Amino acid sequence: MSKFRKDDKKETPPISTAALPDIVFMLLFFIMVSTTMREVTLKVQVKLPQATELSKLERKSLVSYIYIGPPQQQYQASLGSEPRIQLNDSFSNVGDIQDFIISEREAHDEAEVPLMITSLKVDQYTKMGIVSDVKQELRRVQALHINYSARKRTEKD
Amino acid sequence: MPRKLPEYNAASLADIAFMLLLFFLVTTTMDTDSGLERRLPPPPPPNQDLTNQPQIKERNVFVVLVNKNDQLLVEGKPMRIRDLRQKAEEFMANPNNDPKLPEKEVKDVPFFGPTEVTKGVISLQNDVGTTYGTYIAVQNELVGAINDLREQLAQQKWNKSYKDLNEDQQKAIREIYPSKISEAEPKKVGKK
Repeated sequence: MSKFRKDDKKETPPISTAALPDIVFMLLFFIMVSTTMREVTLKVQVKLPQATELSKLERKSLVSYIYIGPPQQQYQASLGSEPRIQLNDSFSNVGDIQDFIISEREAHDEAEVPLMITSLKVDQYTKMGIVSDVKQELRRVQALHINYSARKRTEKD
Repeated sequence: MPRKLPEYNAASLADIAFMLLLFFLVTTTMDTDSGLERRLPPPPPPNQDLTNQPQIKERNVFVVLVNKNDQLLVEGKPMRIRDLRQKAEEFMANPNNDPKLPEKEVKDVPFFGPTEVTKGVISLQNDVGTTYGTYIAVQNELVGAINDLREQLAQQKWNKSYKDLNEDQQKAIREIYPSKISEAEPKKVGKK
């Protein structure tokens, strides 16, 4: 039978890791395709309300975000804890919203402007006063299609 | 004959790829944004004549008031949020042609032929001091009521979910149950 027994002293060969980079690259491409970059660093605390009748925002490039909520802890010393508006990366006033929407529109094709959506990410304990002001500004600048951002309600009350 | 190049060591390629992978894991998000989609009314024309507005009959309006303590007043009666959906559905559908509930108007709707379409409008008014969470909960119930009615009609007519219908069928159903939720101009009720 010694014909079949090859080499008695042979050790197990090391596992080839040549395919490991390929696997990792595959994962990398999957993640690059299926995720999006974080748009802004949040300067306000936003805890979204819960709802059940949700619809998804389809084209993220057409969405402009308005954040409303109390400032993060590190800004509260100078700004207080009253809810503030954040546009892009800075605190803003209600009066800045028109300019913000107009500059968002200018960044897009004219044909895409009617499809643009404004997403309101508002903290659930904010009073409606500031939200109504924002809505009035949006009406004035004809940005009528809005989306109240909310989380999916998981269990029944 | 040139010397054969030695094969380079690819062991660190995996490390580089891992580093890239981790970078993307940290800087990107996967969560899809979702929320309640609404349309705001266009701004009123500057020279609007307030006295000459079309009058809407009281029976055709479903008034929902939310005060600064997040309490609801629906059609003059206090109500909890969880009862609101059923009440709104009853108002929009008006199955027994109750004279207290909204009038209906016969319209020619594709697929359905002449159908009675409700003239009801839901009016939502909130206070400056209302909490946003409550406001969204109320909006959610009102949108949910209309979605439920559309779903029921779709099941009844085509035995399919509203989502699975084609564009024309959805449009026909939307015509029968329009999403008429009007929000009053904000006004301050009571002291803060």
